[in-house]
Amino acid sequence: MLSYLIVLGGALMVANLFLSLVWSPPDVNLTEGVRIFYFHAPVAWVSFLAFFIVFVASILYLTRKEQRWDLLANASAEIGVLFATLMLISGSLFARIAWNVWWTWDPRLTTALILWFIYVGYLMLRAYAPQGAQGARYAAVLGIIGFVDVPIVYFSVRLRTLHPRPIGTGGAEADTFNLASPEMVITLVLSVLTFTLLFAALLWLRYRMKEVEEATERIRRDYA
Amino acid sequence: MRALLSILWKDLLLEIRTKETVTPVLVFALLVVVIFDFALEPRRDLIVTVAPGVLWASITFAGVLGLSRTFTLEQERGGLQGLMLAPIGREVIYLGKFLSSFIFMLAVEAAILPVFSAIFNLPFFLPQVWVQAILATLGYAAVGTVFAAMSLNTRARDIMLPVLFFPIVVPVLMAAVEGTSAALRGESWSGALRWIQLTAAFDIIFTVLGAMTFGLVLKE
Repeated sequence: MLSYLIVLGGALMVANLFLSLVWSPPDVNLTEGVRIFYFHAPVAWVSFLAFFIVFVASILYLTRKEQRWDLLANASAEIGVLFATLMLISGSLFARIAWNVWWTWDPRLTTALILWFIYVGYLMLRAYAPQGAQGARYAAVLGIIGFVDVPIVYFSVRLRTLHPRPIGTGGAEADTFNLASPEMVITLVLSVLTFTLLFAALLWLRYRMKEVEEATERIRRDYA
Repeated sequence: MRALLSILWKDLLLEIRTKETVTPVLVFALLVVVIFDFALEPRRDLIVTVAPGVLWASITFAGVLGLSRTFTLEQERGGLQGLMLAPIGREVIYLGKFLSSFIFMLAVEAAILPVFSAIFNLPFFLPQVWVQAILATLGYAAVGTVFAAMSLNTRARDIMLPVLFFPIVVPVLMAAVEGTSAALRGESWSGALRWIQLTAAFDIIFTVLGAMTFGLVLKE
């Protein structure tokens, strides 16, 4: 099953690269720069999906006390941080082309950065908290608090940007570009699908790896 | 309710007798204010614009320091063991610790504000600022109590508490700075109102979440 997923994902990734880098037309304003978007948008989507899974798995772990939910939350958080990092980097490149700055404190960017900090903290907590059930509970609590916090962060930054914006840094609304042609829409849809598959495969692998780690740890404890 | 009050009373009594939390935190907060003042010295003209930020950055840094004390004191003297053995709900312990942290931080703020007003020569004694400060401190205490209990058994706890705490309280900090700025600019209540509402919503959400999850953090 996993190998099918990887083969399918690999084939789609090749097709996706062709579509986003060659086939889809350049944008009117952003010219070739628009191609970054076909990487940035799916990566951002996947990181939010990953953190949502952390949230759900954390709740399930705290209510059902089954270790597999803890492993799933942990695996999903690791991949989520990876994709959130890619989101920030690709977003910064895209911002340079679209808004002529590497960074601006617009609500979405600020929220993305805080999101990144929260889940880097989550991984640190995983590393430093006591091993076993107590550490797992700590992580689950943070997985819930952190996810609940994200919309509040977004809302508070948006409330702040009711102030006039500095010239040149532009707001999201002012510089929104349109996916003008159907080719662009198709490319975006395919790349979101491809990256979601990539995420599913990575999550699966990482989850199984965690299971094996746990199993070897149990065996070592039994023999010690 | 009686259990809640006795936890609160115990913490206050301990603090009045030892002064081990409020005093060091207050000195630290004053130092941060002074350091900011030195750092901003070249641009005196900017003070009015940045003062609310300086004030709240100082309070946030001092707050995280105070929060880390709330449970280390308990742990050092075996008090936490006693609290957990007591026949009371974990959410009562949470609310007790939450309220005592809140009162300590508020005491520090009450001492800092006049000094701050004097150093930066700005009128910080405005009712809007106080309402904002009380609500923001409630939010800090609500989130901080959970994370302080969490970092208690965590390696590198001195770093873990701020690393967990700061990103989560970003909305509160932002609201406090904006609300204070609005008040300093002489805007009426309406300018600060949306920030007060935001902070109040944050307080409610995270006090409920804190009370719900605290027992899971404390469980051995």
